[in-house]
Parts: sequence; C-alpha cells; structure tokens
Amino acid sequence: MGSIEANGKTYETDEEGYLADLNTWDKDVAAVMANLDDCELTENHWEVINFLREYYEEYQIAPAVRVLTKAIGKKLGKDKGNSKYLYELFPYGPAKQACKYAGLPKPTGCV
Amino acid sequence: MSNAKKMMYINRKAPYGTIYAWESLEVVLIGAAFEQDVSLAFMDDGVYQLTKGQDTSGIGMKNFSPTYAALGDFEVNKIYVDKESLEERGLTLDDLQHLVWEDEDEDWAEKDSIRLVSRSELSDVLADQDVLFNF
Amino acid sequence: MLHLVNKSPYDGSSLNTATSIMQNGDTLLLIEDGVYGAVKAGKAAPLLEGHSVSVLGPDLAARGITEDKLADGINVIDYAGFVDMVEANDKVQSWL
Repeated sequence: MGSIEANGKTYETDEEGYLADLNTWDKDVAAVMANLDDCELTENHWEVINFLREYYEEYQIAPAVRVLTKAIGKKLGKDKGNSKYLYELFPYGPAKQACKYAGLPKPTGCV
Repeated sequence: MSNAKKMMYINRKAPYGTIYAWESLEVVLIGAAFEQDVSLAFMDDGVYQLTKGQDTSGIGMKNFSPTYAALGDFEVNKIYVDKESLEERGLTLDDLQHLVWEDEDEDWAEKDSIRLVSRSELSDVLADQDVLFNF
Repeated sequence: MLHLVNKSPYDGSSLNTATSIMQNGDTLLLIEDGVYGAVKAGKAAPLLEGHSVSVLGPDLAARGITEDKLADGINVIDYAGFVDMVEANDKVQSWL
C-alpha cells in the first residue's frame, strides 16, 4: 500500500499506484498522478479518462485496450479511435495509464 | 480468425454462492483480448448468472451482472442458453438480461447475443468446439 | 429445530433431504443459493409444501428474485430476523 497527496488530501493506493478505492477519486488526484509521470492532462486526456469512468460505472470492469480503441472511435470519432492517437496521449499504455488516472483498478491482462 | 481455435466456456454454477461464475467471466474477458473464436454456454444453475435485477448491496459482494453486457464489446457474441435448464427453474428468456453486440460491418447494428437452444442443439455446438473450459 | 439450506435445489440434494427430515414445529430458512428453492415457478417448489419456510431477503435481492416470484406462504426476513430465528430455536441444523 502507498498513498498520494493532492490538494491537502491523502489518497490510498496499491503498490503500483492505482487508487485503493475508486470512490475516493477526484480530478485533483488524477492531475497529481499524471504529474508524477511527467504528463500534463489536456482536454483530450480528460475525454478518455471520463469515458473510462463511465464505462466502469456501467459495466463494472475496465475495457481491454482493443475494446477501448473501438469504443473511443465510435464515441469521439475515427481520428481518435486508433492506438496511435491513444498511445500519444498515454505513452505508458492507454488502458493501463488512463485507467490509473481515472481511479480504476488495473485492467486484467492488458496494456 | 480462420485458424483460431473454437473455445467454449461452459457455465453451470449460480453467481455469488461460489466463485466460479466471476472467475469464468474474468477468464473470458482476458481471453477475449486475444484473437479467439469464443462462445459461452449457460446451463444448469449457470443460467442464474444472466438474470436481470440483481442487487448485491445487502450481501456485501460485487454485483458483476452488469459485466455480462460488456461481452459484446469484447466480441463475445455467441451465448448459448440451455432451454431445459431455464424451464426447470421456472425462468423464461424475459427473466434474463437482453445481451446484444454491435456489428461494425453493418453500421453498428445491434444484434442479439443470446441463443436459446435445446439440449440436442447444445450437444451439437459442444461437439463442434476445439477446446472446452468448465466453470 | 431450525433447518438451514444454502445450496441450490437444482445443484444437490440438500433441500430434498432437509424437507424430508423436517418435523412438525420445525422451520426451514433458505439462504445464499438456497433461495432459488423458494421460486414458485421452479420445479423444486413442491418440496416446500406443508413446511414453515423463510428466506433471507438480501440473498433474494442479490439474485434478482422479487417477492412476487416466491411460492405462497413464504416469509422474507432480514439479517436481524435471521438472528431472532436462531435464538428462538433450540437447535440449528445446517444442510451444507
């Protein structure tokens, strides 16, 4: 177990830096997590993060990267529904890195 | 997909009472990240996994029934439900979630994932598989 | 005596055994997967006839079973009611 500080609040994380409880998530902790990876969150990042949170809310799982790519393409347009675009936003792996910032558990068996 | 193996996951346990149903779902979702020809069968108490209206807030367990609706996104869209098992339990197709998938080749047309089958139809589907996983 | 059944009647013989051993004045409580036995339209429902039967509400809700689906005369209880039943009976037999 570890923890992250954001805006005066403490957030419990697991050993890989994923939030221990997704209900504790807010935008502040997402931004701090991104900063730790030298990543500045833009509107394009938030689109994907918000999408992941909605997906998890509905299905209780994080999508695999293939599923994420297809669903983003359908929702936000073909120019965004490809792995090149998503890897540019999240170079450590779109599902893995974006799920972390979205406060979701680490996706099983995906990048 | 032509040389992908046909893999079937056979689900025969009720959810929550044992861990089999959730374990199966996790394996299916992980497996679906690879190019496989996956189908699922629900028979015996396994048909209970697909029922509508599950609310686990009173028993302190994760409600994973919404996750079955994600199977279509994972291109798992051949879901066989054994008719006899439903009847024995006093259930009909209306008691189950309406699971669909979207066909990208037909402008995302929604199609049913669940196929209600008789024992003998299910027997033929099983005979046609390369690998069977049991949960 | 209070008889507890926590297995589906379609996946084992617990409900069959319990109901065949129950005597006058005994009560049956269905919990966990045992609650599937309380569904009126199910083939196992006749096993309950002539017995005093309760089911645990939170286990019904988890499995998406609404009260209108239950066999007639079944009593739905919560966890506090479960404790009361255990207290009210001299013995508890769990048909695991």
